[in-house]
Amino acid sequence: MPPPKNRVGLLVTCLVDLMRPVVGFAAVKLLEDAGCTVEVPRQSCCGQPAFNSGDRATARALAEQVIATFESYDYVVVPSGSCGGQVRVHYPELFHGDPNWHPRAERFAAKTYELISFLTNVLGVSNITARYAGTATYHDSCSSLREMGVQAQPRRLLAGVEGLTLAELPDADVCCGFGGTFCVKYPEISNAIVNKKAEAVAATGADTLLAGDLGCLMNIAGKLQRNGRHLAVRHVAEVLAGMADGPAIGEPEPKRAAP
Amino acid sequence: MTLTSPQFKYNARAALADAQLQRALSKGLGFVERRRLAAERLPEFESLRDAARDIKSHTLAHLDLYLEAYEARVTAAGGKLHYAVTAKEARTVVLDICRSASARTVTKGKTMIAEEIGLNDFFEQNGIQPVETDLGEYLIQIRHEMPSHIIAPAIHLNKDQVEADFRRVHTHLPKDRNLDEPATLLAEARGVLRERFLAADVGITGANFLVAETGTSIIVTNEGNGDLTQTLPKVHIVLASIEKLVPTLEDVSTLLRVLARSATGQDMSVYTTLSTGPRRPDDPDGPSEYHVVILDNGRSSMLGGEFADILRCIRCGACMNYCPVFNAVGGHAYGWVYPGPMGAVLTPALIGVDKGGHLPNASMFCGRCEEVCPVRIPLPRMMRAWREREFERHLTPAAVRGGLKFWAFFAKRPALYGLATALASRVLWLFGRGSGRFRRLPFAIGWTRHRDFPAPQGATFQAQWRRRRR
Amino acid sequence: MSARDLIFGSIRRSLGVSGKEATRRKTVADRLAQHPAGIVPARGQLSAKERLALFRTMVEAANGSVDEIADTGVVPSAIADFLRRHNLPMAVKRGADPRLAALPWEREGTLEVSVGPSDGKDLVAVSHAFGAVAESGTLMLVSGPDNPTTLNFLPDTHVVVIDGKDVAGDYESLWRRLRETFGDGAMPRTVNLITGPSRSADIEQTLILGAHGPRRLHVMVVGGSE
Repeated sequence: MPPPKNRVGLLVTCLVDLMRPVVGFAAVKLLEDAGCTVEVPRQSCCGQPAFNSGDRATARALAEQVIATFESYDYVVVPSGSCGGQVRVHYPELFHGDPNWHPRAERFAAKTYELISFLTNVLGVSNITARYAGTATYHDSCSSLREMGVQAQPRRLLAGVEGLTLAELPDADVCCGFGGTFCVKYPEISNAIVNKKAEAVAATGADTLLAGDLGCLMNIAGKLQRNGRHLAVRHVAEVLAGMADGPAIGEPEPKRAAP
Repeated sequence: MTLTSPQFKYNARAALADAQLQRALSKGLGFVERRRLAAERLPEFESLRDAARDIKSHTLAHLDLYLEAYEARVTAAGGKLHYAVTAKEARTVVLDICRSASARTVTKGKTMIAEEIGLNDFFEQNGIQPVETDLGEYLIQIRHEMPSHIIAPAIHLNKDQVEADFRRVHTHLPKDRNLDEPATLLAEARGVLRERFLAADVGITGANFLVAETGTSIIVTNEGNGDLTQTLPKVHIVLASIEKLVPTLEDVSTLLRVLARSATGQDMSVYTTLSTGPRRPDDPDGPSEYHVVILDNGRSSMLGGEFADILRCIRCGACMNYCPVFNAVGGHAYGWVYPGPMGAVLTPALIGVDKGGHLPNASMFCGRCEEVCPVRIPLPRMMRAWREREFERHLTPAAVRGGLKFWAFFAKRPALYGLATALASRVLWLFGRGSGRFRRLPFAIGWTRHRDFPAPQGATFQAQWRRRRR
Repeated sequence: MSARDLIFGSIRRSLGVSGKEATRRKTVADRLAQHPAGIVPARGQLSAKERLALFRTMVEAANGSVDEIADTGVVPSAIADFLRRHNLPMAVKRGADPRLAALPWEREGTLEVSVGPSDGKDLVAVSHAFGAVAESGTLMLVSGPDNPTTLNFLPDTHVVVIDGKDVAGDYESLWRRLRETFGDGAMPRTVNLITGPSRSADIEQTLILGAHGPRRLHVMVVGGSE
């Protein structure tokens, strides 16, 4: 019997891998619940920091590595619009004009998806059974919105989460000021932008901030905390997978836990 | 005006600390909402953007031929075309025309090219008094400032500053006059500038478009200052760069339909004026001489290259209206004539990436600019291309290069990467688990100066995955 | 080498062309000769009556005012009424336009009418428009002794008379009429497209009318759409 077309390779992303593994586990749960088999090949980085810094050679080398690692899967799913966009939009650019790699990159890009939109647009998931008591507001990360077409889908799924009230964030589609290396190259400008975002988030009155990109989330969470605002900041996958009971971003673990 | 783009970081810091500027910026550029509404009211808007892009791309691909056709038509209409390769040549040509006209005062409509070539300072050095007539440009002229936005050059000023400037400069008016309201300030400016309009010997305008079919230059204003500038004096000089060419009047209407909507949310600006040659024999008014100075200043070598697309720009200002960086620091921080995302791409092309390199680097690539550009210029892609040029030329700061090299070393070796990240995760977790975050991280000072840094969870995802599964 | 030679040389080098390529030359020649219309918005593509209604709406949206007048004979009185309503002196300047000359100005004895370009001292000008565009509420005026350009900008109030039948749905219709009137590839010294009175928002983004040009624009549409 031929294998079902639902073998997913999870491109976990550096930030999730290093900073917040629970997002990876939430992604796996969501995918498995939707009927996929998920594998996580040994991986490092999609190459976006190199790409955006003008180091095309390194960006290409890492892209080749990612493609070679993942191309045997039916789908490649990424819990991030930023890394997803790097693959889907920029990998073909990186190999433009290369008769071998360009078609390979295009084929690869065509089967790479951001997590939430993969669930809704490809697997047809329209309802998630989950529970979350609280009022959440949602920030659209730039790449998710403009490169990966993610906007309505997470809101639709969140609307079905029992106990969760969604408060729309004014200027949800305006950048949070992270921009990868931008926040460390131009810290004062980044700070001005994230401060505006953090204050807008706090002003919604929500107790929770959600988004689909960990870079944005870490950035906004860090600023909320520095500003003395108390919101739980999580990746949207954590809530949808019912795994939002652990510490939120930047919050300490309860004293007894140890990995 | 001095170029300060290399000091962008310093400029930005000063801008962020400038309370008055920050107030003006957050009061904002209501253009964003208005553009959205204008676009909504025109169902064909998106298709028009595609058409506008195609018109400009087509023209650039045939620029030599359209320029020839344009030249023939200008000449047939009794106008005179002058070519200038460099800013210096353009200044000289303009000065010569003004000297021949024995000009003492010159009125000016809004022209970015005049800023680009440093015309006002040059005039003053040569005994000619230039008078800016666009109200915003006049406000900054009397302050000896550069424009801070290409559509709203004085957006950084409040009315108290304007009042102070008027009292300082308009010394012929009664000291006890009331200047409390914007309306009274405007009335005063109107009166002062009206006298200048009527007295000017030469009027200089820019051109939003040059039409090859008819040899016409087009200006777009809301005030009518460009019209008074070009109709009243004996001599009308148009300053335009080579990429302003557009083939036909029909092409002009397509571009006009996206220009004002993208700039201010109006369907049309108040005055769109098509000028062709000097006054005709039985015209009762109009200039007796019409000159067009066509400037290259590096643009011709951009054609067909990596940055050619920026030559499609029609100077609407939408990109900067939407840019979070521009909205944080304002236009002066960019340090030269062209701010915002289009400035970030064009400036290094005109003054060199060694001087202008900060501009394309100070971007998050959020993509809002590209989303609203009426001629669909891929601005983030070209900013990234500048970064590639810098990287190739080793202009990227050493710390960034070093950091990237370090990162790449591990990223290219996933097994080693796994070990290194496991270690980093463990170490950071150990130090940070008490509070869950770092208020200060020695190697991430840029981050932690302004925000907390969350602590990792102690083991990487991949390490945990391999432990849990088989 | 002249600056012209340098610039053309540089353009051609960058594009990788000599300038003599037949296909390119034909493409350009054809476009200039045929000037194909692009996308014309549906907005102005209306019946004559609807066009006039749209034109009125758009002029008013741009802070202009509109009077619809059935018959040219009534125009001078309408102008006199307008001046009285706005407390303006009964004096106007107009150009030599025969359509304006033919109006029964004598019916308004108190109205002083002078002819010629503006010297900056006139308060009210009267012009006859070449045409108008309903799509955006835009008037088209052309330079010349009939309607001197200075009348459009120096006086405080601009009254523009237009025949209802000359209100087109789109700009493209007016480009065609310009070509018919002035010849292919030729234009008068100035063509003004005017949409509402002069304005500025340069001081604290406060919108104020009458920046340099007229602070009041009043349009008189004569004769409906016949």
